[in-house]
Amino acid sequence: MNSPLRTLSAYIHVPYCSVRCGYCDFNTYTGSELRGAKRSDFVQHVGLEIAHARRELSATSDDRTLDTVFFGGGTPTILPASDIAAVLDLLRDSFGFSADAEITVEANPDTVDREYFDALRASGVTRVSLGMQSSVPHVLRTLDRTHDPVRIPGLVEQARASGVAVSVDVIYGTPGESIDDWQRTLDALGDLQLDHVSAYALIVEDGTALARKIKRGEIAAPDPDLHAEMYELADERFELMGLSWYEVSNWSRSIETQSRHNLAYWRNHDWWGFGAGAHSHIGDRRWWNIKHPAAYGQAVSRGVSPQLGEEVPTEAQRSLEHTMLGLRIREGIPLSMLTPRARLKVAELISTGLLDGIAAIEGTGRLTLRGRLLADTVIRALTD
Amino acid sequence: MSPRAHTPLKPASTAPEQIRNFCIIAHIDHGKSTLADRMLQITGIVDDRSMRAQYLDRMDIERERGITIKSQAVRMPWEVDGVTYALNMIDTPGHVDFTYEVSRSLAACEGAILLVDAAQGIEAQTLANLYLAMENDLTIIPVLNKIDLPAADPEKYAKELASLIGGSPDDVLRVSGKTGVGVDVLLDEVVANIPHPVGNASAPARAMIFDSVYDAYRGVITYVRVVDGALKPRERIQMMSTKAAHELLEIGVSSPEPVPSQGLGVGEVGYLITGVKDVRQSKVGDTVTNLQKPATQALAGYVDPKPMVFSGLYPIDGSDYPVLREALDKLKLSDASLNYEPETSVALGFGFRCGFLGLLHLEIITERLEREFGLDLIATAPSVPYEVTTEDGKTAEVTNPSEYPTGKIKSVSEPVVKVAILTPKDYVGTIMELCQSRRGNLLGMDYLGEERVEMRYTMPLGEIVFDFFDHLKSRTQGYASLDYEPCGEQEADLVKVDILLQGEQVDAFSAIVHKDKAYSYGVLMTERLKKLIPRQQFEVPIQAAIGARIIARETISAIRKDVLAKCYGGDITRKRKLLEKQKEGKKRMKMVGRVEVPQEAFIAALQGDDEVKKK
Repeated sequence: MNSPLRTLSAYIHVPYCSVRCGYCDFNTYTGSELRGAKRSDFVQHVGLEIAHARRELSATSDDRTLDTVFFGGGTPTILPASDIAAVLDLLRDSFGFSADAEITVEANPDTVDREYFDALRASGVTRVSLGMQSSVPHVLRTLDRTHDPVRIPGLVEQARASGVAVSVDVIYGTPGESIDDWQRTLDALGDLQLDHVSAYALIVEDGTALARKIKRGEIAAPDPDLHAEMYELADERFELMGLSWYEVSNWSRSIETQSRHNLAYWRNHDWWGFGAGAHSHIGDRRWWNIKHPAAYGQAVSRGVSPQLGEEVPTEAQRSLEHTMLGLRIREGIPLSMLTPRARLKVAELISTGLLDGIAAIEGTGRLTLRGRLLADTVIRALTD
Repeated sequence: MSPRAHTPLKPASTAPEQIRNFCIIAHIDHGKSTLADRMLQITGIVDDRSMRAQYLDRMDIERERGITIKSQAVRMPWEVDGVTYALNMIDTPGHVDFTYEVSRSLAACEGAILLVDAAQGIEAQTLANLYLAMENDLTIIPVLNKIDLPAADPEKYAKELASLIGGSPDDVLRVSGKTGVGVDVLLDEVVANIPHPVGNASAPARAMIFDSVYDAYRGVITYVRVVDGALKPRERIQMMSTKAAHELLEIGVSSPEPVPSQGLGVGEVGYLITGVKDVRQSKVGDTVTNLQKPATQALAGYVDPKPMVFSGLYPIDGSDYPVLREALDKLKLSDASLNYEPETSVALGFGFRCGFLGLLHLEIITERLEREFGLDLIATAPSVPYEVTTEDGKTAEVTNPSEYPTGKIKSVSEPVVKVAILTPKDYVGTIMELCQSRRGNLLGMDYLGEERVEMRYTMPLGEIVFDFFDHLKSRTQGYASLDYEPCGEQEADLVKVDILLQGEQVDAFSAIVHKDKAYSYGVLMTERLKKLIPRQQFEVPIQAAIGARIIARETISAIRKDVLAKCYGGDITRKRKLLEKQKEGKKRMKMVGRVEVPQEAFIAALQGDDEVKKK
């Protein structure tokens, strides 16, 4: 069931980093962890999966072109720009791009410069998402980030000069980060004249070095109340910068400058995730790939699917996903899709300041600022 | 060794002179059941092949915990100097909660074997039962068990026993229930030293009930000791306390399986079956007589057992309530001292307020409910019966803090117990401190041998049921043992402390405590709950109050953020599963007013696991 209303996107996972940051639990590997997998094989292996995807989609007469492409990681910019260009060529040849396709690359400040941006632009990239994280040195150190924050304004300038749109990623609530520290980061963002910002709370994931340090008492656990305060502060500052929220963690100057790729996830559209450990969603099926690049490479080289697992969510799970994803974006969910029981909760959620009352009268479930912070509460209430 | 008797004596026609009735008094783990097993084997009534460990303990729990809950009587043949005797061994429950049952078992005997572990010496409970036996004028045969153990110190403990009951340490027998060493000599001693029963064979029948057990196939099996006259099959009998009449469907002796007989005569011990289905119709201590030719005077000593400890039992899964009701109905058939009535709690839902003889009784019943009926239960903090008199002169018995009268209270009286603690002498100081903090009054102290001390206190029962055992054990590294018996009531300065969540009273946490302890109880519970209750969308005050007066307060601040900000590279499945898990958790929440409290929080707060471990 490839709904004509659903767009098709491609996510390309680049599972390499020069060092692993202490807070990160994403599927990524440093040189010594690659166990025989080679970065230089990346294009070839992903190319094999692209060919496989083309055959699979053609088998169901799915001839949609790609509306968005996103290179995430890991560190996509650890690859030579020519590798990104090569993958884009393969995608273009296999699927074609929509006329105004959005093509984003996550960029680590340590690995990019004007020349790199120029090369990306030449290969068709329209947008970079620059991992600034913080402008405060001690916060960057806790995050194991090695770049010099002083370089950020220059990099933003260079990217723009190359002709690509720039978004900046920041993290708030790092252990040891004070409100003043966060203010400094927000000040720095204000100076950059941005059209798009993503701000993510630091979440301590099990099994990370950071989690171990907290368990041993070497670092204090993040304080959720401080997180809330920082989020409120950020929202206020971004509004002053002319950026409005369109997703819980994303702010944009206009509809045109929003990340369509990101929205595709929340709108429950279709995407094929290429590369080790990538997740996909096509039609009513979700699946995910083998995690280690070496095992992934072996599978695609043998001509078999690199898929590790899959699920077809039940009707109830679908409905939960729909609410869960839709509530995170400003466009919200149609209240008409809720069960009668859940609709009874709407009034209470408005009165406790979690749902926007005016939007609700117009038939839309939309989170307030307070509701964005307590989105899980709202989602639970509306999916009972 | 005496030979096994070739022809056992026939019940109903055995001369009292050839009967010996005795019991074994011992602490848990001192090897009573193992010794009893060995006797069954040596006397030949259980062949070696069908011998299983602790033959007499029927229930799984008894077998596992090594304690006897329900007593039974076994008739064993034994020959001394060419004369055959019938030895009736009456198994007694070993715990303080069952003092009344013990006293009735003892009343059915003329003698008792005092069995003590040769590596541990006598314990407080054993002392208590020994006193009971001596009060009943039983002949005591002191025996040290487990002499095969490397740690055994028979010299030391023989002296201890001799100093307790008089006589010489050389008179103390030494046996090993495990290997059988000395058991034959012990049986010879029973015949030689324990007096035979005496009664009037031509008087109207009088038999004392010392136990009654529910059997799923046969109904209630009543164990009796005939004092006067005789009981015969098919005759009509009467219970003298209730006047209820039944037909004797079957009468016989256990050896150890039931063997029907032509009746039971003076001094004999055996069982009766009348077809009744409820042990309440066959009460321990009651007198059985013949309906046509009844005795005029019942045997002395009958008492209706009174529950001393009360607790609310609630199924963790509310839909198990009917199962719990059915389970209690079934247990009641075999346990005359268990009583209960339905109760509703805001925090815990539907359950039953149950009365128990003591803490162990509570523990055993809870465990049986969980094990035999597959229930998961929460028990509220144990409470004792208080007598509350209001200003207007009305007096009410309060077994549940939620029934505590509102308005002006004139006086409250609480049950008091006599406590005996046996301890190695090094712990005397720490025990005194503990007992003082529990409003104990020292009555006296005695050295038993050189190392051990018996400390006697009076103490409110309410102080004991509230984690006293745990503290006593942890402060003495498990060495101290405890026994208590009721000894009346006293007036005390008691108050009811309520715990309020956002102004709503949480009934399960209300407690009746001494005025001096009210504040610390309030602080303890409010702090516990603050740690256990998750933050809500709004601020939640937790208060402890006496009436309208707030004595302690904590606040759970409102939650501000729960959203998971990350996208995990399109891993929607993971995100959904997290939410599904959260939703599962929500289903187990109980509502107190607007506050959502996980059931686990109630349980953890009631159990106070954290603090006990820390101490």
